Amino acid sequence: MGTFTGSFKGFGVTFAHMFRKVITTDYPFSPPKPAPRYHGRHILNRHPDGLEKCIGCELCAWACPADAIYVEGGDNTDEQRFSPGERYAKIYQINYARCIFCGLCIEACPTRSLTMSNEYELARDSRQDLIFTKKELLAPLLPGMEQPPHPMRLGETDKDYYLGALTNPGTSVGAERAPWAASATHDASEPEEHAARPETAGTVRREGAA
Amino acid sequence: MTDVSKRVDTVKLVIDGVEVTAEKGELVIRVAERMGIAIPRFCDHPLLAPAGACRQCLVEVEGQRKPVASCTQTVAEGMVVKTQLSSPVAAKAQAGVMELLLINHPLDCPTCDKGGECPLQNQAMSTGRADSRFVEEKREYQKPIHISSQVLLDRERCVLCQRCTRFSEEIAGDKFIDLMDRSSGEQINVYRDDFFGGDGTGDGEVGDGAGDVPFNSYFSGNTIQICPVGALTGEQYRFRARPFDLVSTPSACEHCASGCSQRTDHRRGKVLRRLAGDDPAVNEEWNCDKGRWGFRYATATDRIMTPLVRDAATGELREAAWSEALLIAAEGLKAARERGVGVLPGGRLTVEDAYAYAKFTRTVLGSNDIDFRARPVRATGSSTAITEEADFLAANVAGGTGVTYEDVENAPSVLIVGLEPEEEAPILFLRLRKGHRRGNLKITAVSSYLSRGLEKLGAALVAAVPGDEAHLLGTDPAVAAALSAPGSLLIVGERLATVPGGLSAAAALADRSGARLAWVPRRAGDRGAIDAGCLPNLLPGGRPVTDPAARAELSLAWKVEPGVLPGTAGRDVDRIIAAAADGTLGALLVGGVDPADLTDPRLAEEALDAVPFLVSLEMRQSAVTRRADVVLPIAPAVEKAGTYMDWESRLRSFGAVLKSTAMTDGRVLEAIAALLDVTLNTGDVMAIRRELGALPGSTAPNPAQPAAEAARPAQPAGDEAVLATWHQLIDLGSLLDGDQVLAGTARPPVARIGKDLAESLGVGDGDLVTVSTVRGTVTLPAAITDLPPRVVWLPTNSPGSTVRRSLGVTAGAVVKLSAGVPGPILAEGAVQ
Repeated sequence: MGTFTGSFKGFGVTFAHMFRKVITTDYPFSPPKPAPRYHGRHILNRHPDGLEKCIGCELCAWACPADAIYVEGGDNTDEQRFSPGERYAKIYQINYARCIFCGLCIEACPTRSLTMSNEYELARDSRQDLIFTKKELLAPLLPGMEQPPHPMRLGETDKDYYLGALTNPGTSVGAERAPWAASATHDASEPEEHAARPETAGTVRREGAA
Repeated sequence: MTDVSKRVDTVKLVIDGVEVTAEKGELVIRVAERMGIAIPRFCDHPLLAPAGACRQCLVEVEGQRKPVASCTQTVAEGMVVKTQLSSPVAAKAQAGVMELLLINHPLDCPTCDKGGECPLQNQAMSTGRADSRFVEEKREYQKPIHISSQVLLDRERCVLCQRCTRFSEEIAGDKFIDLMDRSSGEQINVYRDDFFGGDGTGDGEVGDGAGDVPFNSYFSGNTIQICPVGALTGEQYRFRARPFDLVSTPSACEHCASGCSQRTDHRRGKVLRRLAGDDPAVNEEWNCDKGRWGFRYATATDRIMTPLVRDAATGELREAAWSEALLIAAEGLKAARERGVGVLPGGRLTVEDAYAYAKFTRTVLGSNDIDFRARPVRATGSSTAITEEADFLAANVAGGTGVTYEDVENAPSVLIVGLEPEEEAPILFLRLRKGHRRGNLKITAVSSYLSRGLEKLGAALVAAVPGDEAHLLGTDPAVAAALSAPGSLLIVGERLATVPGGLSAAAALADRSGARLAWVPRRAGDRGAIDAGCLPNLLPGGRPVTDPAARAELSLAWKVEPGVLPGTAGRDVDRIIAAAADGTLGALLVGGVDPADLTDPRLAEEALDAVPFLVSLEMRQSAVTRRADVVLPIAPAVEKAGTYMDWESRLRSFGAVLKSTAMTDGRVLEAIAALLDVTLNTGDVMAIRRELGALPGSTAPNPAQPAAEAARPAQPAGDEAVLATWHQLIDLGSLLDGDQVLAGTARPPVARIGKDLAESLGVGDGDLVTVSTVRGTVTLPAAITDLPPRVVWLPTNSPGSTVRRSLGVTAGAVVKLSAGVPGPILAEGAVQ
């Protein structure tokens, strides 16, 4: 007898949930929109003329508690200039198999080169692909930017780049919202669909908490 | 009972409330250091004279009105010192000095190579203020300027501590850099045309470089290491890594016989830099640029990674498996054993590997035909029956001479023959200079001219026409006077072997005067190879091969039948080459030998071509591997453990820096021996060390001294001259291949001629002079030098002057001289 009523009790819990608000997300059909300061994958920003902000100083690698960042510096020459000043990152790699998204690296960055985007779709099907290099990390070229190597366009010396920082935005505008998502191949994440879909339960709950 | 310990006057003082006894004249900063109190400092360095330039080490001394610099203040009886730990005055003074030092220091730590290991960074954190009251713009200079092809100077970062200039002046004697200008424009710089009335503007800006004197010191790397900020950085390590990326391993330098201790830093399986190690008994805290920067050969693209064998069908070398290559090598050597196999291990081996060659030659090949000397061992054209150098080494050097760096520093007088210390043993040069600077060491050199290196040693010159040294050692009064004081040293270089009777005369002179004798070779493995038994007349441990008791001792230790070890001296390098060239030998086993280093490279290459079977144990493609039937790759020094023996007979052990599958020479030889049913037991470095340690000491009587006749120098006639030559430190040596940045600091090759020759040829400084023999020519710009009459000096193996390959002779030979380039056809080649 006890078994019989017991199973009704159990079904009853399940049944009652059908009338409650849904808190699971409809991922990947409607990806949740994280908070503006969500720690997603990194971006290596550019100066407005397209030169890289990264100077290969390795402070990010130094700060990293997970040893996820590998940097090798290189020497800018007048013929081959990637960043203002003497030094640039010849090799820059972040291993997303190791990264814990703590953000200490972006705090350490002395040139605001390294920032984090909100992009969180970082699953890959091999370990090798989880090591992002400059190719993946560098912010895309915005209008008016030129692919390095090229000479300094915004001033005579590297100081002009840093002293003129008021007109030099901290991050590459537009890069925070994962422009590569547009060209990504994952399922049903067309921008127009994003807008069309309702807010997800996760977003709603976070708003409620705030 | 007559030994009285040296009386040391001591004083008692109080530092931070603790009473301490110190030697009279000691510096306060050193006494504090001994007590474990770290006073911040920049200019202070224990091996440099006190300067008091940076003022960072201010401490409070009771009774003094103002804080005093502890790096220049000597201790006094009853002194009461308070450091920053116990005195707010000292702490405030130090913080103030730091604030001043940082006024003009740029905030470019992220781009600076020193970041992470920077005394300025560290001490700004430990004793500096959190903020600065100076908000004005910082002084700016042109960012790094090359003061040599290797060293970069960033004057913005400099705190004017003068460690670099003091090192260059006091230790190296190369005053290429100095303080320039005054006041806030004061800076370290090289001597530029600006400052010396050239067409420069004198504004401190860097001109086009014409007229500048670059910082081409052989010891320039040390200034980078002791710079307490990032003002001096090296081109080779620039931006390559941060200290936390690097794995540091203590190591020993593989270049010359000085035996420097080093620190090798690597990142991800690649050596990025080497620093001088701290070994007060040997290199103190210094090393030379060759040791510091000459390590890229191990990552050269022509490194051999797999065994190569000569394909029977095509006649070309092809890659092969180890098992196949070893088998071919073993069978080839076995077949050649009857006719004889010559072994040339080369002078770059560790003691362990040299021992493996020695044991392999005796037990597997049953021969004494082994000679490590990859260089001329006798005068050009003299009979190969003369074994003067081998006898000299057996009688004087094997087992150790007992002379050490400390003895050199403390000797009253040193006579140098056949050695150019700065070029051939730079750390010995630094020690000689230390003794000279202290004022108690008189240095006399028997050489063809007073080189810059000898000038820096304050050496008295006994001018010798090459070939005449033996005669001078026997008769010259200045030579006898130089060794008259008790405790004097006679230091002979390996080059004296090319003077007939030179080494005999040196041994006789040492015997006569009571001076102790030291022998300084050029390569790191040379000294160890003697004791390991890589000479035709010596078994391991300095045992003469002709002594039956010594052979019996070794037979017992090696567990071989009595009679296996041959009892007659083998062929030396010249005779091995000759025997290989005329077809007597059935095979050659060659280690790291460059035929161009031998007396006659052409004959050596003919011998390598002629010999029926050639096994090469090499690291990189070479003139030997190209001719070899089997090439077996071996490990470079960074990928193996081992021991070098420096010229003092001091053992310099080191472990492997990089993990690698590359094999040592000993392990390869063991594998070949195993295929020939001999257990060599040389595969493991520790096993060899155990075996060497267990070898009984030699009981053989000391061999007789050589007694070769002293010859008079050649008599040049007409347009002829006698050739003097030695290696420059940075030259075309195969361990410096491909390092353009380091090669840029080499001394420019010149042909040195005396005034007499310059007049008779009608050339001035910088005009081209051609030196020729029947073999070929060398054309270099002339440098008029104070040389004995009819002597011409050439660098042995520098760009444009490969004496042995081009001329086929060595020092003491007669060469022809002419002005300008040789002839119309050759002239075109020279212009290219």
